[in-house]
Amino acid sequence: MVADRSPAVALDGIAKIFPGKAAPALVDLSVTIEPGQFVAVIGKSGAGKTTLLRCLSRATTVTRGAIRFDQTDLAELRGRALRAHRTRVGMIYQQFNLVRRLPVVDNVLIGRLGRLGGFERWAALVHHFDQAQRAIAFRCLDHVGLLDRVWQRTDTLSGGEQQRVAIAKILAQEPAVILADEPVASLDLSNGRVVMQTLRRVASAVGITVIATLHHVELARSYADRILGLKVGRLVFDGPASGLTDAALFEIFGEFVTEPAGQSEGERLGELAAS
Amino acid sequence: MSTAFTSIHAGPAPSVPAKPSAVGRTMLATLTLAVVFGLAARVVELRPIELFRDIGNVGVFLRGYLHPSFGNVGEYAWQCVVTLCIALWGTVLALLVSVPLGLLGARNLSPHPLVYFAARRVMDVLRAVNEFVFALMFVTAVGLGPFAGMLALGIHTGGVLGKLLSETIESVDPGQVEGVAAVGAGRLQVIAFGVVPQVLPNFLSYVLLRFESDIRSASVIGMVGGGGIGFYLWDTIRSFKDGEAATVILLIVAMVMCIDVVSARVRRAAI
Repeated sequence: MVADRSPAVALDGIAKIFPGKAAPALVDLSVTIEPGQFVAVIGKSGAGKTTLLRCLSRATTVTRGAIRFDQTDLAELRGRALRAHRTRVGMIYQQFNLVRRLPVVDNVLIGRLGRLGGFERWAALVHHFDQAQRAIAFRCLDHVGLLDRVWQRTDTLSGGEQQRVAIAKILAQEPAVILADEPVASLDLSNGRVVMQTLRRVASAVGITVIATLHHVELARSYADRILGLKVGRLVFDGPASGLTDAALFEIFGEFVTEPAGQSEGERLGELAAS
Repeated sequence: MSTAFTSIHAGPAPSVPAKPSAVGRTMLATLTLAVVFGLAARVVELRPIELFRDIGNVGVFLRGYLHPSFGNVGEYAWQCVVTLCIALWGTVLALLVSVPLGLLGARNLSPHPLVYFAARRVMDVLRAVNEFVFALMFVTAVGLGPFAGMLALGIHTGGVLGKLLSETIESVDPGQVEGVAAVGAGRLQVIAFGVVPQVLPNFLSYVLLRFESDIRSASVIGMVGGGGIGFYLWDTIRSFKDGEAATVILLIVAMVMCIDVVSARVRRAAI
């Protein structure tokens, strides 16, 4: 699978203020993310993690500053160019956001919608896809180990399976950047592990940029190259996982993040992964 | 018995804020309703005594219906088929009217607030005007017969279904729509994949319900010249052919019951 090259993502002094809210969601955020980095955004609920991702996906626009993918300023995207941007950005959501009543294969094929041209675009409106597109969908499903569920209605799958379908969908989409908004927050430990590893594997194999919000510090430590810490809309930490000291965690969360007695979750995940 | 909850249950009673009294509001509401219904009774000349006093007349009237005459039953049966066909094509027309109106009149899909407003008002008008009024208009326009009836039913039902469709669309799960839009899908693709699968079962159920209701409407729309069994219903009752009228009513009841049973089955299978 050949994705187009990941762009350098530059956030230049961005701020996001929601109308009617006194406190801004994001304040003066400047970060440059090199192509191929696996970035975890951590912070408490309401720190602005999801808002940041929504700005990057252009689901919403920044109030001040600019976000650039290579040279393209996201604020200037309209119509066709905006849809092209969305095609280049693969979204993973906490609640999967799959169309629940459709069979699994259709949800994977939805990933292809932005890639279709000419007659295929029109045929897709009646849920018709040609052999080549279907073959891509089957391969992507096989890649996440769910080929046996291909004809099943999506809402009959477990949460972990649905998130893997969502990953198959963005594999079909061939994005240049993956944005994952709390990808494992609704999943149990072992499913969370599968999802994070799949993301990590895709990122490493294809060399694609992944930006994931995570509220589990240990998950961020285990999988990310670089960690951004947000606190009420401000960037208070930017560095490698090894730099995430207790002091840094206190700065981000405003309290000491205590590890559960015995093993940390990261270690447990590591063991599960090894087994 | 002492449990871990005892300390909570047995503690000193906390001072609870006073419960707001609703007595005044209840009395006001009761009084208002009594006045409204009382006045309405005067307007409709509600005199239940007369119903009992004249019960004999009712008996005489009904006795004529106890002996249905089946001389013209073939013609009446055929007119029932005509009625069914009016309802069928009326529903098809209603779909053609309601789908575009419903899409444009859904706040979350409408391309512009003005379009939304216009679509909503058009649907309001179609619903506000009764199908019999439409039938009177179409009889003038295209002449007496089933075609006028079918147009009238379709236009009115189109407004009803359009409103139901737009409200169903407004209640879809936005996450599932966002999941489709996020891959860079176009507006029509978002509708085809994100919206249609979510609204289809409910909408289908509404269409079938309205089809049942259209059969009942179609069975009387002939009274104003819209074709179907309604004309004979009107004609036989007005000319005191009680036996004939009884046959017509029996046929209508049988038809409506059959359709309701079939339609209920289809609806259950579709959902």
